[in-house]
Amino acid sequence: MNMVLEAPHLPPIGKRLRQEASRDDRIKLGFMAVIGLYLVVALGAPLFVMLSKSLSTYRFELSAFEFQVSDEAGANWGAIVNAADLNRQLEALTEAELPSSSDGRLAVTKFFPDFKFRSPVHYRIRGTTDDAAFLVGSALEKGTEWREYDSGTFRRVVLRPARTLGVENFTTYFATPALAQSIYNSVLMAVISTAFTISIAFALAYGLTRSCMPLKALFRGILAIPILVPSLLPGIALVYLFGNQGIFRDWLLGYSIYGPIGIVIGSIFFTLPHAFLIILTALSVADARHYEAAASLKASKWRTFTTVTVPGARFGIVSAAFVVFTLVITDFGLPKVIGGQYGMLAVDIYKQVIGQQNFEMGAVVSVILLVPAVLAFYVDRHMQKRQVALLSARAVPYQPKPNARMDGLCFAFACLVSLFILGMIAMCQIAAVVKFWPYDLTLTAKNFAFDLMDGGGWAAYGNSIRLALLTALFGSIVVFAGAYMVEKADGFRLGRGVFHFLAMMPMAVPGMVLGLAYIFFFNNPANPLHPIYGTMTILVVSTVTHFYTVAHLTALTALKQMDPEFESVAASLKQPFHRLFFRVTVPVCLPAILNIAIYLFVNAMTTVSAVVFLYSTDTKLASVAVLNMDDAGDIAPAAAMGMMIFYTNVAAKLVHALIARGLLARTQAWR
Amino acid sequence: MRHALSIEPTPTSRQHFADDPAAEPAPYLQISDLWKTYGDFVALRDISLSIARGEFVCFLGPSGCGKTTLLRAIAGLDLQTQGTILQDGRNISTLPASSRDYGIVFQSYALFPNLTIEQNIAFGLENTGRSKAGVASRVAELLEMVGLSAHGKKYPAQLSGGQQQRIALARAIAISPGLLLLDEPLSALDAKVRVHLRHEIKALQRKLGVTTIMVTHDQEEALAMADRIVVMNHGVIEQVGSPTEIYRHPETLFVADFIGETNQFPARVLGDGEVEIGHSAFCCSTEEFSAGHAATAVVRPVDIIPHGADAHAANAIDRPATPQNLIDAEVQEMEFLGMFWRTRLTAPRLGERTLVADFSVNAVRRLRIETGGAIQVEIPRDRLLLYPRGA
Repeated sequence: MNMVLEAPHLPPIGKRLRQEASRDDRIKLGFMAVIGLYLVVALGAPLFVMLSKSLSTYRFELSAFEFQVSDEAGANWGAIVNAADLNRQLEALTEAELPSSSDGRLAVTKFFPDFKFRSPVHYRIRGTTDDAAFLVGSALEKGTEWREYDSGTFRRVVLRPARTLGVENFTTYFATPALAQSIYNSVLMAVISTAFTISIAFALAYGLTRSCMPLKALFRGILAIPILVPSLLPGIALVYLFGNQGIFRDWLLGYSIYGPIGIVIGSIFFTLPHAFLIILTALSVADARHYEAAASLKASKWRTFTTVTVPGARFGIVSAAFVVFTLVITDFGLPKVIGGQYGMLAVDIYKQVIGQQNFEMGAVVSVILLVPAVLAFYVDRHMQKRQVALLSARAVPYQPKPNARMDGLCFAFACLVSLFILGMIAMCQIAAVVKFWPYDLTLTAKNFAFDLMDGGGWAAYGNSIRLALLTALFGSIVVFAGAYMVEKADGFRLGRGVFHFLAMMPMAVPGMVLGLAYIFFFNNPANPLHPIYGTMTILVVSTVTHFYTVAHLTALTALKQMDPEFESVAASLKQPFHRLFFRVTVPVCLPAILNIAIYLFVNAMTTVSAVVFLYSTDTKLASVAVLNMDDAGDIAPAAAMGMMIFYTNVAAKLVHALIARGLLARTQAWR
Repeated sequence: MRHALSIEPTPTSRQHFADDPAAEPAPYLQISDLWKTYGDFVALRDISLSIARGEFVCFLGPSGCGKTTLLRAIAGLDLQTQGTILQDGRNISTLPASSRDYGIVFQSYALFPNLTIEQNIAFGLENTGRSKAGVASRVAELLEMVGLSAHGKKYPAQLSGGQQQRIALARAIAISPGLLLLDEPLSALDAKVRVHLRHEIKALQRKLGVTTIMVTHDQEEALAMADRIVVMNHGVIEQVGSPTEIYRHPETLFVADFIGETNQFPARVLGDGEVEIGHSAFCCSTEEFSAGHAATAVVRPVDIIPHGADAHAANAIDRPATPQNLIDAEVQEMEFLGMFWRTRLTAPRLGERTLVADFSVNAVRRLRIETGGAIQVEIPRDRLLLYPRGA
């Protein structure tokens, strides 16, 4: 006992021991480095480049260039003149014409009014700084050396703008009323849609968990439908129902569907499944004992609802609200189709980049769009953590008791919502197969003759299937391997933390932003990865990255359910980790891996936002074809293509169910 | 003189035995000056321990005492911050887990759920150059050994907890490791299964002769199974000894309190062989203490001897060994616990404090002990233990 008292309180100062790395450790480290590198290249670096773009402004710095002109003989040189001085004398360019973009070019002949390109006069040009750059044809020249050109060549000399870092782009953005208005519009639409969606989703989830209404499984199935179609499709359905030729146009009392009304209705349609699933989960964990306690205390139904039901699900509700808010504010397809002149942030990016080729302004809008998405992401993560804590309590599952009035009410409401969802899909289905809605309702297949229309034809549909399959295959492998490294590799704590952070980031990055960032990063000839630009590879990479987080979390959840000591046992039995991985980890996690694959497949089929910037003529996609055909006025074929995506996803879901059943029967016998 | 002492090498037991190697063989596992820190928190503080070949050692202590951390350091699962570990003469301090020689069993069993019982046991045997038939016969032998031959084709989820833990044990010993590590192997099981399995593990260990370390927080388990117990608290070893040594002669108040139950009284050492508790003096061994020293006096409830109402009476059956330690007491409460009675006594000599004493059913009947009755009890001289106050 005296020994204890005399024991030193700190270890003698010396070197900390380091464990000798086993072969397994080295392999794991290598794997982690590869997947980490993937996330850096596919996410971190593009976003960084985009951020720097948004802060870059370009302007012709005339004072950085000097000229000298020879006489007719081409031998005797005149005085050295500065371009800025010349401009002041000639007033060739106004101050407003000097700001430019990264692609800006300014012909030098503007400063020489009496320039004739066949004259024998020679010209000299040089920069006053090392950075002053100009092009001769397409050859870049830089620096303070004099360069001499005959008049024929001098005609082809153009000045390049200088790049400066600053918040000027943002100032310009906020000074442009039409653009700044989009922030207000987007937030307003997101808030209204969220309020509606959450109310509807809560009522539905409440009905499914707290009443004895019939056909619960059927309603669940119907509520999953919107996930299987691109967000453009509700827009097209709304055009048919309430548009200028719509049969229910009068219901809107003179208001137009093109604008806020259409955006809100369409947003409710495509965000409802997400909100519904989250709230359903939150309500499912309710503890029957709380209800028994409330009943024994003689609490009224309403009081029980406000003091037990709602607080129990509040984290789910808040989490769902943020998910819906983010989905609406970052969605591009729906406002593009139905938004009319109503400016929304995501559409602004598209217009700035595709319409006006103003990449810097596109980057600015992207950065602005990142703010609410990142904010929502952090609040959501915080809520999820609290929700988990709630789940861990030992709850007795709640069993609803029949109540004719209550059950009837819930059933009626679920029918109404199902009618809304099925009605939208049915509208698109009808539009796709009739000659001319609503005037000529003869059945026809002409709307499926995609090859006769712009947008990519059947090849685009084939490309989409290829993209979806490749995304599902490579995505599942990368995501599962990455999650395994985060969860099961011991040591490299810092590396795992960074990796996990990178894996969580895509959720906070809207697709439009990711797509634009990819343009900046990969469409740079100096980038060694430039060759993948415009190929299927970049589409697969962007889609995997775009949907990385949810897949990563699914894999992580499955892996967390595995005993953490499996790795220790395998090591003590001298078995390499890959043997454990393939014999135990993968088979046990197979259901989760299949879920990841189908999730990636469905989303790759429907996504528009990231890929709309990245497809090339050889890699047009079905979802983008819907957009482009709608844009060109071929609305019925757009609906038909949208329905093709829907059929494909339904088929994929069925195949997934079959494979799952077949495979699981073999590998999950132990369950 | 002091100077001379300081330069002379301190005689240690190892050097002593080095003169005569036959007297004590080199330890199978030797841990020296081991530290484990997490930031500012010290999980293991300067641990040194030797374990002989074939020995069954228990690491015993409350949760958070560092016993599992020490086991994981030995296994190479959580590397120690400093210190060396020698196994069978080989320095394994920094070897990765897969290069060490041990089998391990966890509280959670950690059986692979998608593999059958046979496949689980064979997991460590495959890829080791054994033939298929060789693996199969070894698996059959191990299943036989743990008495589960009929269950080879089942999946772990189809077996009870005790059966699963036996499979985990079979899997760990399949590769004939030099060292068997058991991390709270019985804690997840029902009380009856636990007692049964504890005998089986012990018998198996004796039969195989494999050096075994078991981590447990259950003192009964440790006392029943271990050849030697290492009692740990707050990252240090409090005492190492055989079960009887630990129980009979706890070296620290913590050990006394953690193993078995205790009555504790503030005490003051009066002089040689005498200590003051409450208002009067008792006899006990006061080695290591000088007069006036504050101490905590400890006596176990089972060690208190009942003597009926008057031990000095002529007809008394057993006379007290130390009359000075005989006290008059009143029975305040009696609690029947099946194998014995637990009583709470008050005695004027002890002051305000109650004394808990366990009496056999037989003694209670013979001496007619009852609630509210008067009784004389003796605190045996050699069972009254003293520890420094505040330790």
